[in-house]
Amino acid sequence: MSFNVEHYFSELANGNNILFYKGNIDSDLINRVLDTVEEKLAAGNEQSKLRKKVYNVLVESLQNLYHHVDKVPDDFEDQTSEKYGILAINKVDGGYKIITGNFIRSDNVDKLEEKIKRINRASHEEITELYKFILNHQRISSKGGGGLGLVDIARKTGNKLEYTFKEYDKKCSFFYLNILVGETN
Amino acid sequence: MEPIIIEGTPKTPTIKFDAKEGVFEIKGRSIPENSVEFYKPLVDWLEIYKESPLNKTVVNIRLEYFNTSSSKCILDVFKKLEAIHKAKNDVEVNWYYEEDDEDMLEAGEDYESIIRVPFKMIEIVE
Repeated sequence: MSFNVEHYFSELANGNNILFYKGNIDSDLINRVLDTVEEKLAAGNEQSKLRKKVYNVLVESLQNLYHHVDKVPDDFEDQTSEKYGILAINKVDGGYKIITGNFIRSDNVDKLEEKIKRINRASHEEITELYKFILNHQRISSKGGGGLGLVDIARKTGNKLEYTFKEYDKKCSFFYLNILVGETN
Repeated sequence: MEPIIIEGTPKTPTIKFDAKEGVFEIKGRSIPENSVEFYKPLVDWLEIYKESPLNKTVVNIRLEYFNTSSSKCILDVFKKLEAIHKAKNDVEVNWYYEEDDEDMLEAGEDYESIIRVPFKMIEIVE
């Protein structure tokens, strides 16, 4: 039996859940999630600084899914979602957690992991320089991404990117990204 | 040259590019999935404006949110302005940010360090 992608996600996302979604990540869904979360953040009386950070990081997380998810495996339960992803947003002490999950072809794992490790090794100043370098030198890819999403998330949150890869089958893995957006000063 | 006027949406900014006044404005949110599609007409328009610009061009950027995909397109806009400035025309960028929004200020400073055009950082106090 293949690895159950949702069980592990539920463990990660265990807590005070303000939003949960699994399924196709298209433009309409992104709009709906952003609207819902913006309303909840406003209703939760969060400081505008934190609200903006959460919103920004959420935009990048969702658009990372939109631009980069790989196709679901043939035996996966949901065959109708062209861009399958899981998303949870949790209220935690002093901030929010944004957790995403998506399929990735196993031969793309090393490249992504190397990119994350590079970001996690960098100081805040180095991340700013990396951001500016990619901004100025890398063209928008055929997938439509700018290659800046993860760098921007790390820069805005000031936190390391927590992540896990789980092998689904020989060809496919599942990528979990666990982002803490806290109040910073 | 006809101005470009585009109404803002929840995901795309309000645009007012007026060649007669030499005042260009980008305002609101810029978070579309496909930002190239939105910005290409603006960059093309600037390419034409660049041929016979006014002596002074003022650019007002007043964004609440923008995504990383827009950040590249905004850089393309600035590169056109840089070329106008380089051809000995006056170009000034006013970069607005809300008082508690350090991320937006830093974003302006990123562009300021890449693009050779005078930037003014303007804090919006409510």
